[in-house]
Amino acid sequence: MSNFEEAHVLVIDDNLVDRRLIECLLRNSSCKVTAVDSGARALQLLGVDGLKVDLIITDYCMPDMTGYELLKKIKNSSNFKEIPVVIMSSENILRRIDRCLEEGAKDFILKPVKLSDIKKLKDYMKKPSTTCFNCFYSAAASKLPSFAPPCMVVRLMIQEH
Amino acid sequence: MDRNQLRRQVAHMRSSLIEQNYLDQQQFVQLEDLEDDSNPNFVEEIVTLFYKDSSRLFQKIDQALHSIPMDFARLDDYMHQFKGSSSSIGAIKVKNECTQFKECCLAGNAEGCSRAFQRVKQEHEALKRQLETYFQLRRQAGLVQRS
Repeated sequence: MSNFEEAHVLVIDDNLVDRRLIECLLRNSSCKVTAVDSGARALQLLGVDGLKVDLIITDYCMPDMTGYELLKKIKNSSNFKEIPVVIMSSENILRRIDRCLEEGAKDFILKPVKLSDIKKLKDYMKKPSTTCFNCFYSAAASKLPSFAPPCMVVRLMIQEH
Repeated sequence: MDRNQLRRQVAHMRSSLIEQNYLDQQQFVQLEDLEDDSNPNFVEEIVTLFYKDSSRLFQKIDQALHSIPMDFARLDDYMHQFKGSSSSIGAIKVKNECTQFKECCLAGNAEGCSRAFQRVKQEHEALKRQLETYFQLRRQAGLVQRS
């Protein structure tokens, strides 16, 4: 987990100029960035290389594997489905946006990408917050007998996260 | 000419490029705002990437325009990529000509595509010349580091 300032974002875009722009916008917002040009490469990094990221931003229109197809693969995987995914596109097609949101995308950004779009994304990054703490605490507490003291719950919580 | 005068010239040229629709204010100014000590030449860097990209895509489009029968879907794809890049750096006039080209693709208009491509190249060249002058001015005004 990390707060916005240390978040690691994985960017997928086959367009060289866009990739560089988004990379720079994210770095300007104090994010660590890994930028690749294909869904296949992204899946390889996440799976084989075990890359840990807090957010995935992917372009929709890409050859070989579209952003939508990549989104589906991520949301159907047991290992990565919790990673928030945001889709970008230069085309404002409602049907496309709906499809992505239905499949589990957190948001849709219309290109060209602006700094204000990036600033919005911090809402989707996995980060520590009271809500998160409560969730993790409850999850850990449910694994222990009801008489377990809070310190034991916290210890389990730390172990698991 | 002193540095302040040069800087005023730079600001004036930027406003002029925006007024003449060569560049979109929001998008281009955003690029300049992203320049800092760790990234001092970002605008020139991304514009250079843009030229590299456009060179590659123009070659592909040229080839595709000469193929018989003309593959409009492929041409549209290439132009879609180039339109995206143009849009990202705020190149409005170039982007608008890309839109025209795409419309010719949609209509299956071979003649139209060839003519539209000429206009895309013309606008691209015009922007390139303007930006060369602009970047030179910026360097003279000490606004960018020498790479």
